[in-house]
Amino acid sequence: MEKKKIKILIAKPGLDGHDRGAKVVARGLRDAGFEVIYTGLHQTPEMIVNTAIQEDVDVIGLSILSGAHMTIFPEVLRLLKEKGATNIHLFGGGIIPDEDKEKLYQLGVGKLFDPGTKISEIVEYLNNLFKEK
Amino acid sequence: MTNKEWEELEKTYEEWEKRVKDLPQCTLPLFKTLSDIPLKIVYTPLDIKDFDYLRDLGLPGEYPFTRGIRETMYRGRFWTMRQFSGFGTAEDTNKRFKFLLSHGETGLSVAFDYPTLLGKDSDDPMAKGEVGVCGVAISSLRDMEILFDGIPLDEVSTSMTINGPAAVIWAFYLITGEKQGVPFHKLRGTIQNDILKEYIAQKSYIFPPEPSLRIIVDIMEFASKEVPKWNTISISGYHIREAGSTAVQELAFTLMDGFTYVEEGIKRGLDVDTFAPRLSFFFNSHLDFFEEIAKFRAARRIWAREMKNRYGAKKKESLLLRFHTQTAGCSLTAQQPENNIVRTAYEALAAVLGGTQSLHTNSMDEAWALPTEKAVLIALRTQQILAYEIGVTNVIDPLGGSYYVEYLTSKLEEEAYRYFEKIEKMGGMVAAIKAGFPQREIAEAAYRYQKELEEKKRIIVGVNEFVLENEKIEIPLLKIDPEVEKRQVERLQNLRKERDNIVCERRLKELKMAAKSRENIMYPILECARAYCTLGEIIGALKEVFGEYREEAFF
Amino acid sequence: MTIKEYLKKFEEKDERILAKIITMVEEEYKESEEILRYINKKIGKAYRIGITGPQGSGKSTLIAKLTKRLLNRYKEIGIIACDPSSPFSYGALLGDRIRMNELFLEKGVFIRSMATRGSLNGLAYKTKEVADILDAFGKEIIIIETIGVGQVEVEISNLVDTTVVVFVPESGDGIQILKAGLTEIGDIFVINKSDRIGADILFYELKNLIEISYQNSKWKPPIILTQAVNNYGIEELEKEIVNHYNYLVENNLLEEKREKAIIRELVNNFEKEILKILWQNEKVRKSFAEVSKEVLEKKLTIEEGIKKLIREVKYDQ
Repeated sequence: MEKKKIKILIAKPGLDGHDRGAKVVARGLRDAGFEVIYTGLHQTPEMIVNTAIQEDVDVIGLSILSGAHMTIFPEVLRLLKEKGATNIHLFGGGIIPDEDKEKLYQLGVGKLFDPGTKISEIVEYLNNLFKEK
Repeated sequence: MTNKEWEELEKTYEEWEKRVKDLPQCTLPLFKTLSDIPLKIVYTPLDIKDFDYLRDLGLPGEYPFTRGIRETMYRGRFWTMRQFSGFGTAEDTNKRFKFLLSHGETGLSVAFDYPTLLGKDSDDPMAKGEVGVCGVAISSLRDMEILFDGIPLDEVSTSMTINGPAAVIWAFYLITGEKQGVPFHKLRGTIQNDILKEYIAQKSYIFPPEPSLRIIVDIMEFASKEVPKWNTISISGYHIREAGSTAVQELAFTLMDGFTYVEEGIKRGLDVDTFAPRLSFFFNSHLDFFEEIAKFRAARRIWAREMKNRYGAKKKESLLLRFHTQTAGCSLTAQQPENNIVRTAYEALAAVLGGTQSLHTNSMDEAWALPTEKAVLIALRTQQILAYEIGVTNVIDPLGGSYYVEYLTSKLEEEAYRYFEKIEKMGGMVAAIKAGFPQREIAEAAYRYQKELEEKKRIIVGVNEFVLENEKIEIPLLKIDPEVEKRQVERLQNLRKERDNIVCERRLKELKMAAKSRENIMYPILECARAYCTLGEIIGALKEVFGEYREEAFF
Repeated sequence: MTIKEYLKKFEEKDERILAKIITMVEEEYKESEEILRYINKKIGKAYRIGITGPQGSGKSTLIAKLTKRLLNRYKEIGIIACDPSSPFSYGALLGDRIRMNELFLEKGVFIRSMATRGSLNGLAYKTKEVADILDAFGKEIIIIETIGVGQVEVEISNLVDTTVVVFVPESGDGIQILKAGLTEIGDIFVINKSDRIGADILFYELKNLIEISYQNSKWKPPIILTQAVNNYGIEELEKEIVNHYNYLVENNLLEEKREKAIIRELVNNFEKEILKILWQNEKVRKSFAEVSKEVLEKKLTIEEGIKKLIREVKYDQ
């Protein structure tokens, strides 16, 4: 089964209100031809995974700037597994130090983008993801 | 100048312009300010033709205060060097405060963690993973007592960045002072308490706008009677800017927020001169050096004029726009973090040339995490070098009279008034916020800026140009031990066991009744704080009465 | 997984599979036909509510609050939220869920966002099919939200049993509302954000318009004042939806309405297919090219050109 339209959930977990990046990325991905679902602030891992499943997205992108990445990424992964949705690719962006990145990569998280990343880089990354498959 | 002299200047300029037009010039980066104002290659008296010195500038400490709010400015006293800090538990931050004070800092500034900013206790399920991470966790009076242990509150001024739950956190502070034997009227400091910009930019709101404004007026009223040295609101453009706005938007939306608070106070029947002197401002200092300086100058001029003419303020103190500045967090880069020291220094210079009353300089590692001691010290030293070494504090408003800076000051003012008009047509700031107007304007500006970066119309060193391949970040990062959350939750749960829970119940009930009536809720909140009701409990009680605000997202 | 296995899991109420099946139909996978055939026998149990009205009128918030109320009586609710695709990039930013956050953890509530992908009637192309799937899955209530760009979005009324039209005081004066054609399709009218200036004027203007539009109708659409954010007026909205349902049932109109909608769908799709077939015909394409050349050269008027084409198409058969 080949999929034509790539659907992406851009989610903003945690309690901080820094949604500038998430919104800019959501808009940029829309302009690059993706269908992007944005769900607003303060999303818990449960909410994120439920949404991802109902919307049958291909990718979840998390924007985390509050420092809670070591709690949230693993929890989202765990829930995806629990609900049998491991086919959904999880990536993210935010302030994540290199050593934490390493740990998260090992858990199976996709690319983690630093602040200041060009949207075109994210687009390229996502396109490659689906070319490979 | 006489008419003849003007004509001659015009002629000379036109000839020069014709000649220069055909000379080779770069087209990139953009010759536009960060607010998208197109720039000429040079400015002359022709660009400020209707400039009137006394009307537009005046002297320092004199209306309209464009050159500065004090007669002597930095010759009288330097700005307050105030480094925003807070992390981990109250004990951790207490130690950092003492460190900063011992190195010459002159004021404290508390950063709270996200659960606290949203009025949630450290053991709230939503707080998981965020306790003490981006600031200090304060869930009750007990935490506040520890935070200021050994710091005499009659000797320092304390700024607290807190908005939605400002009334509660302030109550914790006031009682902490009381317990140290310092009466309310001797306490000095600031609570940010600017809820409008939360809806616009920072998103740490709790209640809907109307009850939020009522609480703010309660605070203003209470302070004017009981805590007269306290700055009750720090009307903040900082976060609006961090959310991606332009300098013009920061200026316009912030001042508009300020007018709204003034109007609310007047509606309550307060005399404008009783509370206006306690309103202060908080601006961002970003990378566009001259535009930032112009922004600060324009802000002072507009505020003085409107306070005088529109709101009929009589006291000089009511007309003064006093402000704190923080260098732009969003201008820091994660790449080559040491470069941030340089950026911050220029931004700090702009703030000083713009006449700031206090200043926070960001640390180079803040794009990554909370700053380490070393990084904070460099940031503080940056301010000290500015103050003591490079001579910029010797003369007041040294850029006053520069054709370019005066042009830009007036231009920013003009653009700000254009926004005022639009917002007033929409029915004022609250209506505009509900309709998503400022939010959309900011989102639009943020997106435009991002595109300019991607198209390399603007250059950020180390990010889209002069990039280091395979860069390894080699600055030590402050990490928050996961134990912090555990310890903090334990303390909170012990507190719930030790205190008199029946009294707590009663105090919360009284608070709800006061909230439903028109009573000033500061008094019952203080009683709750005294009884060691927690932040989450007090906010929870108020939510029952006031409801909760839900985000509308605007792209 | 084979399609049989998919449908078995669907039967077992696996939400993940429901979501996958929706995708297959939305994307017109080859399995789509079999799915729809299977679904077809199971539809007709759910009650369908359409919510339309201009952008910014608070449709999503209204749906969130209404759903919260409906959950007191129903366990299974499906929501389809349509948002526009960008005509430039064909991408879409689906943001309706932001206002439905409070439903994310409600068991039994299934929300699906759909991009219009070029459809111009305020709905996504496969909205009806997705509603059918939710129906077959066992949703008792299905709520469909149109995109609300202020254009004519009357199509929604053919898809649902009760159409709710939402206005806000800023929606403009009566004439504009009339132009939008929305007064003729509403079974219930809502003035949301009714605390804002102009709500009372809008109420009376709307009342007059509706009285004219519905003078020969047995059902007189109510106008409800709401403030969805504050949960105000939602109870009344629920009550009126029930009233409308009762009206349809008591007058034997529910089945009639649904049958009419099916026939209309049949006609629409039939016409679309006919057009496709027509355009695929070599000869037709050739004559069209010839005629258009003649029209451009001013040898024929547009009317004459059409007559000539029709003659050839008919002759061809």
